[in-house]
Amino acid sequence: MVKLIAQTACAGLLPKTIGSVTVTEVDAGQVTLIAPHKGQQKAVSAALKTSVGVGFPAPNRSVGTGPRTVWCGKEQALLIGAPCPSLAGAACVDHSDAWAIVQIDGADTVAVLARLTPIDLRANVFKRGHTARTLIGHMTGGITRLGAQSFEVMVMRSMAETLVHDLTQAAENIAARAQNAG
Amino acid sequence: MRLPCPICGERDRREFYYQGHAGLLDRPTRDADPQAWVDHVHFRDNPAGETRDLWHHEAGCGAWIVVTRNTVTHEVSGAVLAEKSK
Repeated sequence: MVKLIAQTACAGLLPKTIGSVTVTEVDAGQVTLIAPHKGQQKAVSAALKTSVGVGFPAPNRSVGTGPRTVWCGKEQALLIGAPCPSLAGAACVDHSDAWAIVQIDGADTVAVLARLTPIDLRANVFKRGHTARTLIGHMTGGITRLGAQSFEVMVMRSMAETLVHDLTQAAENIAARAQNAG
Repeated sequence: MRLPCPICGERDRREFYYQGHAGLLDRPTRDADPQAWVDHVHFRDNPAGETRDLWHHEAGCGAWIVVTRNTVTHEVSGAVLAEKSK
């Protein structure tokens, strides 16, 4: 029997610290895309809340910190970090290992992300628990605010290397500017 | 240019794909007069003033939306989900 070695999406690429910014991979564990059928969203949310502890998120929001749900498109959300319960009123698709998810922390995090995405990341607009489907460089992906200087960025796994490359380049540019200014 | 997605709020134009005039939603019936189909497929008005366009929020929520804009002033005055536009 061949013994296969499981590798995360950013294995060998992260963690990295550049200037004031640290980029680390998030090992999300089990991930499931949940798409409630027409008119079933409330029932699906209640069922999720009963079995996992978090409901179906409103558009552009994420719910929970342990097992959590993150909105990821019109009438769709990802359940992250928990096995998907049996949901009669929804289509559920296993997305485990399908996403490259990284966490970015540090004083210049917003400045770094602002180089890559067109959305408004200011704290009074994009608050903790807010999430957005948007562009990250040339890729479509998701950005979620975890804290004052902490964000999570996710793209499809095939683009993991590009994501790390783009974040690295943006962070190096910001760090260089800070160095020159000082 | 920024477009007001009914789901995501105001977003950069780069997140959207442009399809054409919202009249594309009014598809003639299968047995309609051939001229109605010719008009639907090939002919568009070229208004000076308010017009309604179909956009796809491709790099966002994935919704099709109908955006109302003014071709003279470039003002974007609103948007609704295509599924609710009729």
